[in-house]
This record gives sequence, structure tokens and C-alpha cells, in this order.
Amino acid sequence: MSGSQDLTFIVERALERARSAGADSVDALLVEADSIEARVRDEEIDFVKQSRERTLGIRALVRGSNGLRSALTSTNDLSPAAVDRMAEETVALARATAEDPFAGLPAEDYATELPDLDLFDPSDRGIDVETRIEDARRAERAAREADPRITNSEGSQVSSDFARIVYGDTRGFRGEYSAASHSLFSEPIAQQNGSMQRDYWMTRSRRLADLEDPGDVGRRAAERAARRLGARRVATCEVPVIFDSVTAPSLLGHVVACVNGGAVYRGMSFLAERMNDVVASSLITVVDDGRKPGGLGSKPFDGEGQPTRRTVVIENGRLVSWLLDSYSARKLGLATTGNAARGPGGAPSAAPTNLWLEPGKQTLEELIASTRRGLLVTELIGMGFHPITGDYSRGAAGFWIEGGEIAYPVEEITIAGNLGDMLQSIDAIGSDLVWFGRTSSPSVRVSNMTVAGQ
Amino acid sequence: MSDDALSFFRDHFDLDDRALTRTLDTTLEREVDFADLFFEYTTQDSVSLEEGIVKSGDRHLQQGVGVRAQVGERQGYAHSDEVTVESLDLAASTARAISRSSGGVHSVAPTGNGRPTHDLYPVDTPPTEVPIERKTALLLEMDAYARQLDSCVQQVMASVVSQYRHVMLVSSDGRLSADVQPLVRLNVQVVAADPSGIRREVGYQGMGGRYELERLLRPEAWKPLVEEAVRLAKLNLEAQPCPAGSMDVVLGPGWPGVLIHEAIGHGLEGDFNRKKTSAFSDRIGERVAADGVTIVDDGTLEQRRGSLNSDDEGTPTQRTVLIENGILRGYLQDRLNARLMGVEPTGNGRRESYAHLPMPRMTNTFMLAGEDDPADILRSVKQGLYAVSFGGGQVDITSGKFVFSANEAYKIEDGRIGAPVKGATLIGNGPDVLTRVSRIGNDLELDQGVGTCGKDGQSVPVGVGMPTIRIDELTVGGTEG
Repeated sequence: MSGSQDLTFIVERALERARSAGADSVDALLVEADSIEARVRDEEIDFVKQSRERTLGIRALVRGSNGLRSALTSTNDLSPAAVDRMAEETVALARATAEDPFAGLPAEDYATELPDLDLFDPSDRGIDVETRIEDARRAERAAREADPRITNSEGSQVSSDFARIVYGDTRGFRGEYSAASHSLFSEPIAQQNGSMQRDYWMTRSRRLADLEDPGDVGRRAAERAARRLGARRVATCEVPVIFDSVTAPSLLGHVVACVNGGAVYRGMSFLAERMNDVVASSLITVVDDGRKPGGLGSKPFDGEGQPTRRTVVIENGRLVSWLLDSYSARKLGLATTGNAARGPGGAPSAAPTNLWLEPGKQTLEELIASTRRGLLVTELIGMGFHPITGDYSRGAAGFWIEGGEIAYPVEEITIAGNLGDMLQSIDAIGSDLVWFGRTSSPSVRVSNMTVAGQ
Repeated sequence: MSDDALSFFRDHFDLDDRALTRTLDTTLEREVDFADLFFEYTTQDSVSLEEGIVKSGDRHLQQGVGVRAQVGERQGYAHSDEVTVESLDLAASTARAISRSSGGVHSVAPTGNGRPTHDLYPVDTPPTEVPIERKTALLLEMDAYARQLDSCVQQVMASVVSQYRHVMLVSSDGRLSADVQPLVRLNVQVVAADPSGIRREVGYQGMGGRYELERLLRPEAWKPLVEEAVRLAKLNLEAQPCPAGSMDVVLGPGWPGVLIHEAIGHGLEGDFNRKKTSAFSDRIGERVAADGVTIVDDGTLEQRRGSLNSDDEGTPTQRTVLIENGILRGYLQDRLNARLMGVEPTGNGRRESYAHLPMPRMTNTFMLAGEDDPADILRSVKQGLYAVSFGGGQVDITSGKFVFSANEAYKIEDGRIGAPVKGATLIGNGPDVLTRVSRIGNDLELDQGVGTCGKDGQSVPVGVGMPTIRIDELTVGGTEG
């Protein structure tokens, strides 16, 4: 890893060059990432991959009579000549765009203290690829030994990513931090009577020590794959649908897409006119917190140097805040919520940090037991959600519930409804909040959806 | 163009053949079965419009080299954004670390002129060199045109994306291949509202390919695109909830070929079949579709989004018959899986960038035309669904279950096209769905050049196509029971 001085120097150079080329304001983001990744299938290594990448993103704003013109460039050629050329090109490109009275760096106060959010364990830095490969082997072995019907796999995969993020702008903000992410993913295949089913389990965390035991990951993946054997279709019907903690986060992801400032000011959200309305069942409280210690979405400052924070989005069913970056905030006449996400290749835009649905008290088993007849969804495929209307229709697989018990696995069905109605009709929330990524949800039960099958 | 590509890399990175051979030898020092170096230099720019103004422009430069070593089924890969002899050597020693023993070939100095077999997409002007002002002017014209077409148009979002990719591949068996790949794309999305302003819907259209950006700037190209987006948004305003259940479905020509891509194409990729994790594993020679169904993957179509002169392992692209008259004939192969399965590579080894390992991927995948008149096909259905255009799709390779979502669909009532419906999701079983194709139209069309396929975290541009077909008894997901 380069000294952070080198990275800071590149950021300073980009800011200075773009400024002297005529930009009114500039920001620059440099991300340095070192990654290792490997997959094991049965006893064999499938692949091992290592990389080091550094990418610089420059955003330049050029003053016009009625607002700022903006453009963005990125490069992974970080030679001084390339940085200078890109900085100048950014300004030239900005001159070709329109003046936008809402464009600009944030007017709000920048982050001043940068708390240590436990995003990185320095002792993990020296991890060698062989150690991680051994994790994958253990998961793979556990999956294959867990059940005689596990006869094959897509493999067990590990990754360790270390990133250093340096950000600065011409308002004088300078910030940097290091973060890591480690994962283990196992995807076994179960076979019986000529038909095959796959499923997975995974663990991901900022520290290696916080990953689930590889054997547990493999066994859980195997159990999930094997229990799908013998799946069949069901007749078209309307029933309660339970989303487990693997599929429920995607539902929450759709909600996030509709409370995102960008979607709201564009009118691309069915919730755009619903601020302060009751939009969900009173059981629903959704929180975003960019400073959750060790959170996979945590960061000390956002993509515009703003302090990250805790924002309640939906409180007991009432919509109380959007997730905003400074641009969408200005468009809506509000203040940023510190939710600007930013990679070197893109402009800042609002996105969740660590976002979750507050868990309830019942276990998934209790949710199932209190469902007379319905569907437990454990996998969703396809992209059938329309933010502007809330219309929802996706392919699903899972288990049929009869008399409060799992009756048999089901597949090749779709579930459909409208997200607005679905949120209102959530009548039970599980206690099983697990973090696979930045958005997490315990199991939830929607009291009525259309299931299409035979 | 390929001569340009070779000299581009030699000039740009100051690399000579000797340096490349030396790196390959470093990789091979511990005796691997195969090694290659993949160099890439890609520029991309885009401008986008919303709320009537071109709000932003962006430009990206991505360069780097990926070094790969193979031993048996194992692959070692290292990539770097620094293209220097030192970083190449470092990457090579990382990649070879996967090798432990056995095997062993020796590097052959690269020969040949690097010229691919095909020259499918020559352009006079790289799309990234067309002045940005012409692109912004196009978007403003599109915005004005959309708003003038109909007063229900509330919002127009449009973008034009230009990419120019140089690649060069050098491999341990002496292969030297280089290519220059232009790619352009124009998108327009329209939000329309009904007179009350309560109901709002979106219409989207896009087009693109490996051709001159100039072609997108012509009114005869972009005007129909805008008209179509406005028509779709208005149509969605009138659309009723989709019926749910099992019914006969007629798919229109062109973009609905995404069915072929999801239901069949992925399941025929060599890696899944070598590992026997596909629902199509070990089924070559078996009937997997109705008589008359022939499906090909063809990377050699001029100017198509999914086409390549040679794949990202230097293998020339080709036309591969996957299903012939209903019988499974072949898989899509990259070099690794072809070697392990004892067959020839088919020019389908693709990677998103130098930072990714190649995998078997589709190029342009489509069903050939049959003989039926499309109007007759519609007339043959008493009650069902007519799906004309689709959004995304997804497949579970192992169980064979696939799903895709229609964004333009109608009820069929007594052989006639009825009311438009929204939110139709089709779900089925890959190895089984094509056995229920009962009519095949004579109207094969390819899509307009907007497909992007994702696999294992890598995105590559692809094409799809199909004539009008009828499928008996497909599950349609909607909200009306």
C-alpha cells in the first residue's frame, strides 16, 4: 500500500490543476484497493485472484451567470501528466454542460471529528491468501459432508478487500480513512431423483474475527440447498407471504429506492408526495445509521465530506425522512442527511449507509406457526419492481405453509402486489436481523399477496 | 484497426515483444499449462439530460493488464493498473503461485500480426472523439421533441454513452491478438402523467451497437426512439393489472429473445456444464425444444452490440449452433472449459475488463425464423398473453427456473389483441419451456442494441433476438387472480 502522503498529494494536485484551469469549485476522491479472492470447488482450487487498484475521480464545477456547470472524470492512470490532463479535461467538459442553480458543493457544515468506526483490524492486513483458501476449503468440506444429497457445488468463495479512501475539496475539507471487508460464501448443490437444487449461505464483516465459522457457513448452505429438493408448483392463489431474513432485505431495498432523494425530486417514487404520511404498518420502523460501529456501510464522512449520522426514515409506519445528498436536498428545499454515496467513477448521489428494519420479538418459526396457510419465500429472482407505481412482481421459491407448519418446497411461482399495500399489510416482524450487506431486515409477513403458479 | 491496436499498445506502454515473452516465461517458470496477458485501454464518456438541461458530463479512463496462469482446473489471476515491465513481472509471479507441480508447456514467442479474422466494426471516428457539444445538442433536441409529441410528458431523461476499448492479448502458445472495439448507446426515458396527474408511468427505449456515433445523431434514428418511449409511457397509463396463472403466451419478435438468453443460453455455458451444475449438463444430442426450434450464438454479426472480432482470449468469434431443430448440439466455450471438456473453444471467452477472469459468455443469441405468419400465431390463441417487450430477466442455472418481466404486454382474447396489462412476470423451466413452443413466426428480429448480461459480478454487452413465437401454458405472474 502506498503511503497515504502519496495519495493526498495526488488529490491536492487534481484540486489545484482543476482550479487553475478555471473551476469555481472542485472535489477529488482517490480510492486505493487491495484485494484477494479465491474459490475452492470440492478439493480443488478453482481460482485465486489478487489485485491492487487506484482510481481518482475529479468533479469540477464552473461558474455561469445562473448556476454551476458540472462534470466528472475518473482515471486509474495516476501519473502526474495524466492527472493534470484529466483535471483540465474535467473543466473543459463542465463548460459544455448546462448551468444548474442547484449544483455545488454542500453549504452545510463539514465533518470535523472523524470517529474510529472499527472499519478495519490492522492485524488482518497481513492475512495471506492461503489462510483464506483454508476457510473456503473448510466451508466446502462441511457443505459436502453435511448431507449425502450434496453431490456437487458452485464452490466456496472468499474475499478480503482493503481500501484507503482520500477525499478533499476546494472548500478546504480533507478526510481519509481505511476500511476492510471480508467475506465467505458457499453454494452447494443437492441432487435427488435427477433434479438439482442450489442455495447459499454467506458471512461478511469488517474484521476477519467477526466472520461466522466456515464450517457453519457450509453446513447452513447445504441445509438450505437440500431442503429445496422435491420442490413443486402451487395453484394460483392469494395468501399471506413470509419473507425470510435472506429475501426481506430486497423488499427493504425497494423501499430505499423510493425514499432516496434523487428518486423523490425526479418524481420517480410512489412515495414522493407522502412525507409525514403513514405509509406502512405501525410495526415498521426503518433506520439508517452511517456510524454503526463495524457496519458494512459505515464511514466517518459521506461522499461530500458531510458527517454521517443516524436518520430514522420510517417511524412506527410514518414516513419521517428522505435519504439525501446535498444536491437532492437543495432540490427539495431540505438539508443533506449525510447520505451521499460516491465512488471515483460517479457523482455523489443519495444512498443508504447501514439501513435496517427494527426487529420484532418473534422467531421465524413462530411466524410460520402463526400462519395457517401461506408461503415462506427464501429466494427471489428477476427485476419486477417499478418505483414510480410501487408495482411488484417477482419470481420466487420457498416453502408452502399448511396448518402453521412447513409442508413442502415450492418453486417456479411468482408473487405480486403493490409495495404500498404490502408495507401497510405487514402484520408480523421476526427477531432474526442478520447483516449480509448494508441493508438488513428480519423476516416479515405480508398478510396477503397474489401467488401465481399452475 | 488491429494494426492500430498493436501499435497503440507498443507506443502507449512502451512494451516490446521481448518484454512480453519474458513475462510469460516468468509466469511459466514453475510450469503451468497455459498463461496469457491481457492489456486494456478504455475510454468512455457520457452526457445526460434531465429536467430539460444537460446536467452533467463524464469521462473515464481505465487501463491495466491482467496476467493469468492455468494448471489443470486452477487459475491464478493478478491484475494491475500500472502497465510497466516491473508490475507485469510482479503480477506474473502472483499468478503462477497457484501452480504447484506437474503439467508444463514452454512459452512460444508471440508471432503473427495480431489481426483478428473479422473486421466487424470499423469506424472512422472513435465515438469518444466526437465533440461533446454534438452529444449535448442531440439530447436537447430529444427532450424538446418528446415534450412536443404529447402534453402528458412530464419528465424526459436521456443519455448518450460512448466507449472506445483497445485490447491486446498475448498467450503462452504464441497467440497475439489485438482489437479496437467501439460501442455507443442512446437511452431515453419518459415519465407521463394522466390528466388528473395522479397516475404516472415510465416509458423507456434505447439503441446502440458497435458503429459510428454519427448514426445516433440522425433524426431518423433518434426520433422513432423518442416516439416509442412516449408511446410506451402513455400505454402504461392505460394498462390494467395483469392476470395471474398459467396461460398460452405469444412473444413478439426481437427483444423478447431475452427468453432465449435466460432460459437456454446461460444453461449452455461451458463452465456450468463442465462442472455439471447446469440443468442442461450431459444432454448433448437430446431433445430440449420443439421441432423447428433452432438457436444460435453468433459473435460475427456486423456492428452488433454483442459482436466481437475475437473474444477476450484471442479466439476468433463464430456462429455456434446450440439447438438444432429441437436437439441440443453444443455449448459455449472459453479456452479453459474447452480444454477440460476436450472440445474446441467457440470464441465465447469474455471478460468485463482486464480486472476480471474470462468466462464462457454469450455474444448475440437468437432463435431462427420459422414459417408462420405472426398474425396467424396471434389468431391461434383463444385466451392468453401477448408480450412485446421485456425488461430484465434472471435464471437459476441449476434448477433451470427463469423469470423475466414484460414492460409491454396485452391480453389476447379470441385471437385478437386486447387491453394492455402491466407488471406481467413470466416464469418457467429452461429445459422444458422450449418443448412447448407450438408456433414459430417468419419475422426474426434482433434487439436494438441495449442488452447487458451479468454473471458472477461481470457485465458484458450482448444481443438477443427471436421471431414471434407461441408457448403453450407458461406461468404469468400478475395481481389479478
